[in-house]
Amino acid sequence: MFLELLPFYNKYLEPASAYEITNVVQNFPFISILLSLFIGIVCLAVRPKTAMKLVFFNLGACFLLGLSTLIYCIGRGDYFIYVMGQFPAPFGNEIRVGVLEALMATAFALVMFLSLMGGLKHIFHDVLPEKQTYYFLMMEFLFTSLIALIYTNDLFTAYVFVEINTLTACAIVMLKHSKETLVATARYLMMSLLGSGLIMIGISILYDISGHLLMEDIKVAVTALAKTGKYKLPLEVVICLFAIGLGIKSALYPFHSWLPDAHGTSTSGSSAVLSGLVLKAYIILLIKMIYRVFGMEVILNSRVLNILFVLGVLAMTIGSIKAINSRDLKRMIAYSSVAQIGYIYLGIGLGPAGMAAACLQILVHAYTKPMLFNTAGAFMDEANGSRKFKDLVGAARKNMWAGIGFAVGAFSMIGIPLFAGFVVKYNLATAALTTTKLKAIVALVALVISTVLNAVYYIPALMVLFKKTDDTKDIVLFGSKTDVPFVVSNGIFIICNFILGILSFIFIDIIIMGLSMFA
Amino acid sequence: MINVVESLKNFVNGTQLIESKNETEIKDSTVVKKHHETSFTERVTALIEKGESKAARSAYTVVAVIMAIIIIGCLIYTVSFLPHFGGADNPANSSEVVRAYIENGIHDTGATNFVAGMILNYRAFDTLGESSVLFIAATAVIILLFRHKTKEEEKAESVEEEFYEDKHDVILRHGALILVPVTLMFGLYVLFNGHLSPGGGFSGGTIMGAALILYNLAFGDKSTKKFFNYNINKVVKIIALGFYALSQAYAFYVGANHLPSIISNGVAGTILSSGLILPLNVCVGFEVACTMFGFYSLFDREEI
Amino acid sequence: MLSGLISNFYETASIIVFGIGFVTLLLNRNIIKKIIGFNFMDTAIYLFLASKGYITGRIAPIVSERLGDANVVAYQAGTAVPNINNYVNPVPAGLVLTGIVVSVSFTAFFLALAVRLYRAYNTLDLHKIISIMNKEENEE
Repeated sequence: MFLELLPFYNKYLEPASAYEITNVVQNFPFISILLSLFIGIVCLAVRPKTAMKLVFFNLGACFLLGLSTLIYCIGRGDYFIYVMGQFPAPFGNEIRVGVLEALMATAFALVMFLSLMGGLKHIFHDVLPEKQTYYFLMMEFLFTSLIALIYTNDLFTAYVFVEINTLTACAIVMLKHSKETLVATARYLMMSLLGSGLIMIGISILYDISGHLLMEDIKVAVTALAKTGKYKLPLEVVICLFAIGLGIKSALYPFHSWLPDAHGTSTSGSSAVLSGLVLKAYIILLIKMIYRVFGMEVILNSRVLNILFVLGVLAMTIGSIKAINSRDLKRMIAYSSVAQIGYIYLGIGLGPAGMAAACLQILVHAYTKPMLFNTAGAFMDEANGSRKFKDLVGAARKNMWAGIGFAVGAFSMIGIPLFAGFVVKYNLATAALTTTKLKAIVALVALVISTVLNAVYYIPALMVLFKKTDDTKDIVLFGSKTDVPFVVSNGIFIICNFILGILSFIFIDIIIMGLSMFA
Repeated sequence: MINVVESLKNFVNGTQLIESKNETEIKDSTVVKKHHETSFTERVTALIEKGESKAARSAYTVVAVIMAIIIIGCLIYTVSFLPHFGGADNPANSSEVVRAYIENGIHDTGATNFVAGMILNYRAFDTLGESSVLFIAATAVIILLFRHKTKEEEKAESVEEEFYEDKHDVILRHGALILVPVTLMFGLYVLFNGHLSPGGGFSGGTIMGAALILYNLAFGDKSTKKFFNYNINKVVKIIALGFYALSQAYAFYVGANHLPSIISNGVAGTILSSGLILPLNVCVGFEVACTMFGFYSLFDREEI
Repeated sequence: MLSGLISNFYETASIIVFGIGFVTLLLNRNIIKKIIGFNFMDTAIYLFLASKGYITGRIAPIVSERLGDANVVAYQAGTAVPNINNYVNPVPAGLVLTGIVVSVSFTAFFLALAVRLYRAYNTLDLHKIISIMNKEENEE
């Protein structure tokens, strides 16, 4: 046989430890991706209620599959690779599952389940009846692309799923039947296409200078190039292109202009998913690229992290200032997302020390922001669908359960101890202290200013919502019409927030373990 | 920063916030404010946020132009450092992956077209995602443009259509009568020979879609609907992509677990060969044809 | 630098086209022109990628009898291999194929969106649309 004569072929056919399938659990990530994709296709043929049930079934199943993968991975203590096809990478496609990936996939499935559950009433209200099926179809494909982006080990697969993610995210914004969502979608789509173009040309140049599309092989090639100093400039340009492209898509500060419209106008379930998950998927991809494509040393030498650090600091302050100026509840929460994304980039900008805090912030924000958006939807119900603060006076007294949820989310965003947001700020601050003096000072000052600014807009908002007026003398616990799915999802979100806040050390341990598998 | 201070004040005696907000709302809607009545930050935010002022717009333009020029300048400068065009020793062209695709391609996949073997066997997961993009886009266009009609509307339209039906051009009809079968045949040829020659699902599907569009243009909506309507379009797409997903799920599962596969590669170079590539090409082709016709039909008259 | 640009003329041209598309997408107010700009941008990337896979003097990666690679049965059995020096790099071709499909999908979606926007606001100027939207929002 000719194949055995080729030295490189043997290397990959010889099953290394990571390639061997020894446990049935190793099939679970693959099953969750293909199951989501297949259910997404089937959704086109069924009625809205059936599609809804299918989506919830799939999300629940993916949560359980992800959880068992996570437990297996922690027990295994190492990552494993699942070959998508008969031929191992670099010839075929493969997915790579470590602790961090499994954790994120599990968390994302749960967040998506809860956000859809909390926004269910609004979905059936805001989307035209004949288009509700398509809403669930888009959600299903969105979820597929999210987990595929988390698990993928190949740059071009990542590009394909980035595009699926963009398309479905735009579609779920536009599915709310109103004129303004069309404008929001156009702006979102335009910015996303700019980002995609930059990412694609980055991939092309990287492929040209490294000759590979698989993340590990690119890293080998890039490390060799960095040592010899060959193609130094193209490499730096590629790093910048990826940072800008993914920055545009994840609404990093100067590129955030599309976010308030898209997240502020869409139906509350969509807003929750968009801000909680879609933005994070791109950041996870960026973290993966930093560790697994370029390698930390090359990234540190290129100083791109400093740019991300500065932009993160700007996002934290300017996002908050914009939030203070908005008179619209959902828009305020959307601007708050800009600030919170700034925290993640601050963590990334701190280098290896801040990466764990950044990942923790991804989790915390994914669990807090959907809760805020869903409760905002519940308040809007009490104010005849208006998002303006002047119509929302006392809304929390009409729906106390949503009020409690909003308060928990707001306190978490401000960073009061016991709530999840505090842990992130604490971790970011301790991480900042281990870096250079200048960075530490800037980061600490930014954290303090941002905390104050967060309080400046969340506390007045709480006061407006909880204000006692003439027609809100009596407190109603579950709103004028009890919306059972929302009540349940809000309760679980609140519990999750406290779990993240109090038991954060567990998650930090898991994240650090996952990051060590990256490197 | 003035707004920040204001908000802080409001925070101290929280009730004022609502009233002051109400006041500003009224101010906005009534008369044009005099210059000294607005605070500096209000003016600046009005300038920037509403995007109506010339200054803000030209500032945005200038910044955008500078950014674009910087990006393009950097890229052009980068290009001059890249490996030379057409070189066989470039990292991308001399990598082990390329060598394996060409030298082992026929052994591994049974396809004499290495590109087909690559996209539908080695890297089938990417192509699955790619077909999903097309599926999603078709659905998104349906969401945006498809008009769900009541029965009365449908009746009224069919009457209208009968009235216009006869006005289709004679030359167009006779030309189409010759061209449509030939085009369809050519599309099917490209589709079924995807693993042997240039072509495959995407190109063949597009050609078939073009044939359908030509038929529709020449013979009108009613005769097209006899064999191709919204439901058939939907069913074909679901079956095609569903088969793709299921067969790939099987192939991935078998491949990853090192199990024996029931799919044989056949004799390379013949039409019934190369394992899953032929059926996948057919699936992709039908999906693309449906999508292309769907795009045309939706943009033309908001239905399929 | 200049010699590098001249030897990489395909890439240089594609970057220039990319720049035209990028600026059009970013700065033109008309949505249809934005879509044209986006298509320019994507096409430029495909030109770039396709030129990366080309190797001087070689043909498309399909086994060809013309170049003496006719022993398909032996290739399948693994007892011989096609001459690698005959064929260009097949990887970029696959990537371009995927990219084209993605770009077609996005073009269709964006055009459909433009149709709906025009119906809602009677203009294709994005700035005008946004100012109309802001006005309507304030009137509420």
